[in-house]
Amino acid sequence: MSAPLLEVEDLRVEFPTRRGTLVAVDGVSFSIARGEVLGMVGESGAGKSLTGNAVIGLLEPPGRIAAGTVRLAGERIDGLPHEAIRRIRGRRIGAIFQDPLTSLNPLYTVGEQIVETVLTHLDVGARAARRRALELLGEVGIPAAAERIDHYPHQFSGGMRQRVVIALALCAEPELIIADEPTTALDVSIQAQIIRLLRRLSAERGASVLLITHDMGVIAETADRVAVMYAGRIAEIGPVRDVLKAPLHPYTRGLMDAIPAVGRDVDSLAQIDGAMPRLHEIPAGCAFHPRCPSAVAACGRDRPDLAPSGATEVACWLYRPEPAHGR
Amino acid sequence: MAGDPLVEVDGLVRYFDVSPPLLNRAVEGAGRRIVRAVDGVGFSIARGETFALVGESGCGKSTVARTIVGLHAPTAGAIRYRGTEIAGRSAGADVAALRQRMQMIFQDPYASLNPRWRVRDIVGEPIRHNSLLPDRASVAARVAELLVRVGLSPVDGEKYPHEFSGGQRQRISIARALAGEPEFVVCDEPTSALDVSVQAQILNLMKELQRALGLTYLFISHDLAVVYHISSRVAVMYLGRICELADTETLFGRPRHPYTRMLLDTIPDLEMGGRDREPVAGEVPSPINPPSGCAFHPRCPYADARCRTERPELKPAGGASVACHAVEEGRLG
Repeated sequence: MSAPLLEVEDLRVEFPTRRGTLVAVDGVSFSIARGEVLGMVGESGAGKSLTGNAVIGLLEPPGRIAAGTVRLAGERIDGLPHEAIRRIRGRRIGAIFQDPLTSLNPLYTVGEQIVETVLTHLDVGARAARRRALELLGEVGIPAAAERIDHYPHQFSGGMRQRVVIALALCAEPELIIADEPTTALDVSIQAQIIRLLRRLSAERGASVLLITHDMGVIAETADRVAVMYAGRIAEIGPVRDVLKAPLHPYTRGLMDAIPAVGRDVDSLAQIDGAMPRLHEIPAGCAFHPRCPSAVAACGRDRPDLAPSGATEVACWLYRPEPAHGR
Repeated sequence: MAGDPLVEVDGLVRYFDVSPPLLNRAVEGAGRRIVRAVDGVGFSIARGETFALVGESGCGKSTVARTIVGLHAPTAGAIRYRGTEIAGRSAGADVAALRQRMQMIFQDPYASLNPRWRVRDIVGEPIRHNSLLPDRASVAARVAELLVRVGLSPVDGEKYPHEFSGGQRQRISIARALAGEPEFVVCDEPTSALDVSVQAQILNLMKELQRALGLTYLFISHDLAVVYHISSRVAVMYLGRICELADTETLFGRPRHPYTRMLLDTIPDLEMGGRDREPVAGEVPSPINPPSGCAFHPRCPYADARCRTERPELKPAGGASVACHAVEEGRLG
């Protein structure tokens, strides 16, 4: 396997506020190989979308990357000037967001939007661009593409709109696709279609995918590896099968047990008491320790780093000797 | 578990007129446009059970719920509560008293609480509105008791909704619903906006309250795993009609209607047994112009000429009720 396509190291995203600096993403490191789908899962506010936005340079001010590096195929892309990152976004990184209606311009036909994007990023003429747009719409499974290409976004259903957004993201044959909750707004039967499409695209085109979602089911079906985020940090990262079937981090375990499943007859679901801390009150040490059933003394004092344990890496003192200094 | 029916819904129909304004219709010659949100739905809910309506967006499940609690008037059909007709023209005068025993919990805990009211006023509102308690002191005591009941603290009553997380807000909604001393609670996607760990807390709370207070739930959801977990009987809706109705074990253990089978196939497999879920082609058609015959026929692999023309009725089939010609004819196991 060659070098990873995307390498994120020690990423830190901060929001300066009047009452001090909020750290929304805190020391996040991961990499994605070519053709790999990395799932990033976590509850609202865990920092998963901000991580995705930081990678593609779409952090809303005053949010900013305070530390760390983002490398695409070995080149640093964090801190690039606006124009440079804009060229990379679209040309080399495609983005798919949750709500397909806000990702499309209601005043232009989907054909015009795709053609414009193709013309922006590829060196082709108007005719070829339209041909390409047709091809793309066919590829993402829009029936009667030749007719639909001249329709406006409101004439499409939610699932079809999301396909158009995916077609837009694919225009320039990007090496990396960042999909932020791509199926959340869709019905279950449509979800399955979109998931299959994403997986096929990554397999056929060798594109890497960063799939951000709160839905473990989507992760289980789509991702090769998964990173579980909690309070701006990665709690656990590893092959999907290992993390979902034999989670190591107490948070991941709690999360998996809290998901109701058809065929699992339990009277009450396992619940993690409390809630994820807000950004201004993240506790010292391991951010999960106040809610953790297995917390030991070190957990409230020292922050655990990700360390290998089998095929996965986990940030938890349970899997490592406690730090040497004092008890 | 089963008792006498608390709620009976019979041939419920609810249409929405979404026609362009009269002038446009006259000038452009455009016709009327009617959304057939609920098109002939019937079921009964026994005292103490949790009855679930499940389906994709636009299938009419929320409209059924809102019609039952009186937020919409039915276009046709009957809704009986403890045997008394409560909807439409035939409704009796004592309906208000009956309605008092019904409460609703909504999906979005951000939109369903008045941001300008303190939590104590929000929770106390049903008590004051229905004059359930004589004086302010007893209302305050009751509100404090309710907040504790749903896992909050009495001092939370002084706060405003924005000071709470989504899960805590849903607890406030539940406390407000309980304040009316209901026996029947309609829950419209109560956990859909919540994270899974919070969802588990709310589902556990709802089950516990049901046991303690003998509540009856109508539970609306699109999440089959949640429905499996919480309900005793399930009706699957598609385009304003019920296509299958059975107790939870039967429905999930042996789904009969092709649409139910399709829905169950779309559940993501967390066990990762390597099963590749088969995506169904097509999408839910518009309820403005639903397909003829069986509404599911354009997406159904078993559809034949009869399915395209004749609308199937709910008929008993091995412990379940199924509206499907193929099942009835034995073309489909």
